[in-house]
Amino acid sequence: MAVDAEAQFHVLAVDDSLLDRKLIERLLKTSSFQVTTVDSGSKALEVLGLKEDQTSTPALSPEHNEIEVNLVITDYCMPGMTGYDLLKKIKESSSLKDIPVVIMSSENVPSRINRCLEEGAEEFFLKPVQLSDMRRLRPHILKGKHKEQQLHQEENSNTNHIIISSSNNNNMSNKRKAMDEEVLSERTRLRFSSSSLNVI
Amino acid sequence: MPPPLCSRVLLSHPFSPMSLMALREQLNMLVNSMYIEGLLDQQFQQLQMLQDASSPGFVAEVITLFCEDAERILTELTKLVDQAVVEFQKVDAYVHQLKGSSSSVGAQNVKLACIQFRQFCEENNKDGCLNALNVVKHHYYLLRNKFDTMLQLEQRIQAYDSKQQN
Repeated sequence: MAVDAEAQFHVLAVDDSLLDRKLIERLLKTSSFQVTTVDSGSKALEVLGLKEDQTSTPALSPEHNEIEVNLVITDYCMPGMTGYDLLKKIKESSSLKDIPVVIMSSENVPSRINRCLEEGAEEFFLKPVQLSDMRRLRPHILKGKHKEQQLHQEENSNTNHIIISSSNNNNMSNKRKAMDEEVLSERTRLRFSSSSLNVI
Repeated sequence: MPPPLCSRVLLSHPFSPMSLMALREQLNMLVNSMYIEGLLDQQFQQLQMLQDASSPGFVAEVITLFCEDAERILTELTKLVDQAVVEFQKVDAYVHQLKGSSSSVGAQNVKLACIQFRQFCEENNKDGCLNALNVVKHHYYLLRNKFDTMLQLEQRIQAYDSKQQN
């Protein structure tokens, strides 16, 4: 069996449109993600191991009945549970709140976008989602995975990482077609490096 | 003087009368004309990019799904807009769906017609909606026609390729 150095992450895609599910599945697979697609928020919660009225998963080990999901990407407009409702449920769950969530929508409504970002969505994609958008997913997954490591690093180095992670509140860095998050953090790092040099 | 290469291939090939090269050329010309005429936009190029060896039928699958979806919606819309009292919110919900799938597949003219249609829904304008529905249908069936030809050409190309391999 070939050894793949790069981990394959698992994305759960939620959309009530069959066409859009096919599309997002292809986009994700082309970008080397493992994909599970579901057609509703309630099905998504099932996959995540959470029943609609629960706030934490039952005391069963993850291997038992749910698969590990590294990121959830969901349509906003869905009958029943909207993408926003799903986002809320995930962020309110003690076991699921650290899973990054990305919202997709065909409509560019600033109040909608802000509401989602404030609720904890990592990013907002305007439909139709493009192949280039897929590149924005991995950083969100890795950010969560390396949170523990970063916490230790932050105590020693300057405040770079703290500033970058709080940029989630800065809408500019999360809107699609705004500055690429990696570029933004790069510039932030440079800015802080030069200012700390000045202090010395 | 020996006949030029392309017609030599045509004459010598035991299968379909058109060479693979000619079929591909016809398909390219069809798709290009659709871009030029505004039937398709950049999104369709994205779909083409997503089709590869591991997913050879992707474009055909997406086109088929779109057409099934669109026709289902157009049937519902026809009923709804025909009512004495039109339920504009319901109509708008369906048009929103169609706008979404046409946007996803790159069906530009259909998408634009849907945007216009939604305007009339917002204004609760029944005549406007009746008219807009006809415009959407007009653009959809034009597109559907060309998609059918596209799929036929695709099929012939795929069949040709698999025969070549055998």
